[in-house]
Amino acid sequence: MAETLKLQAPSAGHWAPAVVLAWLIPGGGHFLLKRPGRGAVLGISVLLVFLLGLMMRGMLFQPQGGDLLTMVIYYGGFIGDLLAGILYFLTVWLGYAQPDMAGHVHDYGTKFLVAAGLLNLLAMVDAWEIATGKKD
Amino acid sequence: MGNRHREKGLTVPKMNLSHFEASLLFALFTSAVLGVITKRTDRERVRYAVQCFAYFLAAIFGLSWLMYLGHG
Repeated sequence: MAETLKLQAPSAGHWAPAVVLAWLIPGGGHFLLKRPGRGAVLGISVLLVFLLGLMMRGMLFQPQGGDLLTMVIYYGGFIGDLLAGILYFLTVWLGYAQPDMAGHVHDYGTKFLVAAGLLNLLAMVDAWEIATGKKD
Repeated sequence: MGNRHREKGLTVPKMNLSHFEASLLFALFTSAVLGVITKRTDRERVRYAVQCFAYFLAAIFGLSWLMYLGHG
């Protein structure tokens, strides 16, 4: 009977805590995986980008229907904002409500808020790769 | 009247950055994250982050000049 080589993917229980923590607390996944240096750089970068976005009075996206382009922008932006984890939840909970306004500073602020979430997504993927043994 | 204090919500210090300053800060933090997540040793990470930042700077100055010259 021929033996078949089965490549088993690591179970979700192995990597999920690190990825969820990486989402909720930027850099937290790396701290859990005992990579504090990298976690600190990632956490501080995401935090500062998010804070700069707030200080530039960026807008937080809300899901909005309508034509396809509007849906892509608003749902995409909302997901991007949401990826910043606790920074997003705290900001909403504390009542930050900046309306969409004209001006390059507000516009940059909005982009910075989404960019913070996207940078955190990269950190989450990195935490997943470390937790599953794909990298050190 | 009771809701008047809640109208503004969270207030954070306001910052007015120019296009260049905002681009520079974005480039700095993005380069740091890209350096950390893409390479395997600290030396490679620093090198790649600096390299990314240099590319960002080149793109900022290049596109700025392009737009300036394009406007005539």
